Amino acid sequence: MTTLVATEDEVMLRDAAHGYLDGAAPVRNLRENREAGRGFDPKVWAEMVEMGWAGVLVPEDQGGSDMGFAAANILAEEMGRTLVSSPFLSTAVIAATALRKAGRDASRIASGEAIYALAVDEGPKFDPDGCALRAEAAGNGFKLSGAKTFVAEGMSADRVLVLARAHAGLTLFDLDARAAGLSREKMDLVDSRDHADLTFDDVEATGEDVVGEVGDGMGALAPALRAGQAAVSAELLGLSAGAFGMTTDYLKERKQFGVVIGTFQALQHRAAHLFSEIEVTTSAVMNAGRMLDEAPDEAELAVSLAKARASETAGLAVREGVQMHGGIGMTDEYDMGFYMKRARVAAEWLGDYGYHAARVARARGMVA
Amino acid sequence: MADGDKQALAEFRAEIADWIDRTAPPEIRDRDFSEDDICWGGKRFVFASDGQKAWMEACAERGLTAPMWPTEYGGAGLTRAQDKIFKEELDRLRVKKPLDSFGLWMLGPALLAFGTEDQKKHFLPQITRGEIRWCQGYSEPGAGSDLASVQTWAEDKGDHWVVNGSKIWTSYADKADWIFALIRTDRDAPKHKGISFMLIDMESEGVSTKPIKLISGKSPFCETFFTNVKVPKDYDGLSSIVGEENRGWDVAKHLLTHEREMIGGGGSGLTGGRSVGTVLADEGQSDPVILSRAMKLEVDSIAMALTLDRYKDLAKQGGVGNASAMLKYYGTELNKDRFELLMSAGGSEALKWESDAHGTLAPEWLRTKANSIEGGTSEVMLEILSKRVLELPAR
Ligand SMILES: Cc1cc2nc3c(=O)[nH]c(=O)nc-3n(C[C@H](O)[C@H](O)[C@H](O)COP(=O)(O)OP(=O)(O)OC[C@H]3O[C@@H](n4cnc5c(N)ncnc54)[C@H](O)[C@@H]3O)c2cc1C
Repeated sequence: MTTLVATEDEVMLRDAAHGYLDGAAPVRNLRENREAGRGFDPKVWAEMVEMGWAGVLVPEDQGGSDMGFAAANILAEEMGRTLVSSPFLSTAVIAATALRKAGRDASRIASGEAIYALAVDEGPKFDPDGCALRAEAAGNGFKLSGAKTFVAEGMSADRVLVLARAHAGLTLFDLDARAAGLSREKMDLVDSRDHADLTFDDVEATGEDVVGEVGDGMGALAPALRAGQAAVSAELLGLSAGAFGMTTDYLKERKQFGVVIGTFQALQHRAAHLFSEIEVTTSAVMNAGRMLDEAPDEAELAVSLAKARASETAGLAVREGVQMHGGIGMTDEYDMGFYMKRARVAAEWLGDYGYHAARVARARGMVA
Repeated sequence: MADGDKQALAEFRAEIADWIDRTAPPEIRDRDFSEDDICWGGKRFVFASDGQKAWMEACAERGLTAPMWPTEYGGAGLTRAQDKIFKEELDRLRVKKPLDSFGLWMLGPALLAFGTEDQKKHFLPQITRGEIRWCQGYSEPGAGSDLASVQTWAEDKGDHWVVNGSKIWTSYADKADWIFALIRTDRDAPKHKGISFMLIDMESEGVSTKPIKLISGKSPFCETFFTNVKVPKDYDGLSSIVGEENRGWDVAKHLLTHEREMIGGGGSGLTGGRSVGTVLADEGQSDPVILSRAMKLEVDSIAMALTLDRYKDLAKQGGVGNASAMLKYYGTELNKDRFELLMSAGGSEALKWESDAHGTLAPEWLRTKANSIEGGTSEVMLEILSKRVLELPAR
């Protein structure tokens, strides 16, 4: 496998992303979105589309930039650093991968015309195999009934990829988010992003709307989930580094007992421990991107490893972040709280630490 | 990676795998690792089997005891990618490493960076052929974490030095042929500026050792005493000091980064390709608390193994500097956790000094407690990371 050190192209992509996001989408932007009651800033997303990010996984003949999964991870990581909210993960990573895998056109993703949401969860924990939303055969097509929850970009999406149980088994549909019988309700989560509960009441779908084969929804969805899990791990890694950077800056600046608090060894060693956790997680995230690009069919362990590590590391980074800031870390006015809230949501999304650690254990033959 | 490179590496893999399979004697393959499998080399080394000796010699012949060292010094001149493949194939074929020694891990890298051409030509091949076994004379009773406080002193007598003082915790001093030691050669200079990195024959008159017993029941390390030891300034044209006189601290630090990477690597959680998780699975472990700890350890161990790999590549591209203290800190803490878990899983059976089911797990568990002490303690690693990498201010 290619080395886990960034290539020259990757360094350039990271620098470019960093430069853009620092100016266009600092954490302040998230605060503005929250005050305005929107999940993300359409102007920022339009600029990302312009830079080819929406098409990062779309083939070039469909207008994409087709840069690959490691590149998508770099973009997600840089977004995590300043908590940029956008439909990048659900649309450019997950939906683009599913459509591509099923041989469908994704040009409307690359062009920014379509925002996609992924509707898989039905209960409080990620469990695609437990999907119960029904797709009953009706005439030449299907009627979908049931409910989905924790649907990222659910309110702003133009299209929804929804996992349903048909007679033949799990089936993935690509539906108009404004279809008759499909209702959406905002889910007000701690991270102030766009999440929704979706209710399907005899929503009609045709054979055309099926992504891949009827009964083989996982054929397209599984690779898409892996891509999304890797990218959200990258986001969590960037988030960890962002929170850690703020914390070490504060340690060098805040004075108590006549000295900066960064001179206290108790805090220094906790910071050095956190640095070590972030370094180790960096390797796991890098490895997931490489595996998805080079051996996608064997990438499951690498992806779950990354998601497990990144969820844990981000949790530690934000808890230490708040603690080492003292009282100010607890205030809404200060940004650290935003890191804590997003870390919690992203750690839960697409499978939490326990879900992914168990997958690693299974892949290693530790448990059945 | 270019397709041509891939092709060449695939050929290398096939060739080296075939050679290993044809050459490796039965005594050193297809078994779980045990301490007897470590081949230390040296004049007085007693090989565990004829096969162990033959394997070391066959590898030395091809430079494969030090795969990445240049061929002119007894290495095989392999690239990083080739070296990785060699190790992977050893693991896959369940064949033991041909040679492990302080010469390979520590002195060699220091000589490659600081030695003269003559020193390299003389000392390095002795190491790769397993002829000379080295020990490390750094720590003293009054100089542990604060290593630059060493007091063992060499008096300048013109064409030779006279060394007096004592070292402590010198691993395998009683089995080593030579010692590389930090010796004060200028007692008036500031503490970091008066130390030289000296090479001393353990057979010199006035050198003596006294074993110290560890909690694990073994006594792999010693007190080492120097009483009026005459050390020539040059051995037939070879300087007995590496680097410049009084600049031994630079050499010492360089060596420590290699030592730390090596100790940290021991904690990657994979011995002979088997992880703690798979060991527990084979034993049919079903306790949910133990399994959940094992899962966390498995995740962390794989991520740590990837990190060791990434850092080696980074080092090749110009160095990771003090961040390598992270490998030592994280790897050793992980290794200690791993043995705590194995002990919990084994229950009372694992408490035996020797158990039918778990072999020498108990003494090995005790031995791991030294991992976060030897080569610089965990606290010292965190000091290095916080001061030099994160640049947090000193008090
Ligand atoms: C198995 C084993 C093998 C060894 N082999 C060798 C060898 O071959 N050659 C050799 O030269 N040495 C060897 N050593 C010695 C080893 O390098 C030292 O033990 C080590 O550097 C610690 O020194 P010390 O024992 O004097 O502990 P001390 O330095 O006295 O440390 C005592 C405690 O204080 C803590 N401490 C010290 N300074 C600080 C600080 N600034 N901030 C916070 N905490 C601090 C330490 O972390 C430790 O917890 C070996 C040790 C062991 C256990």
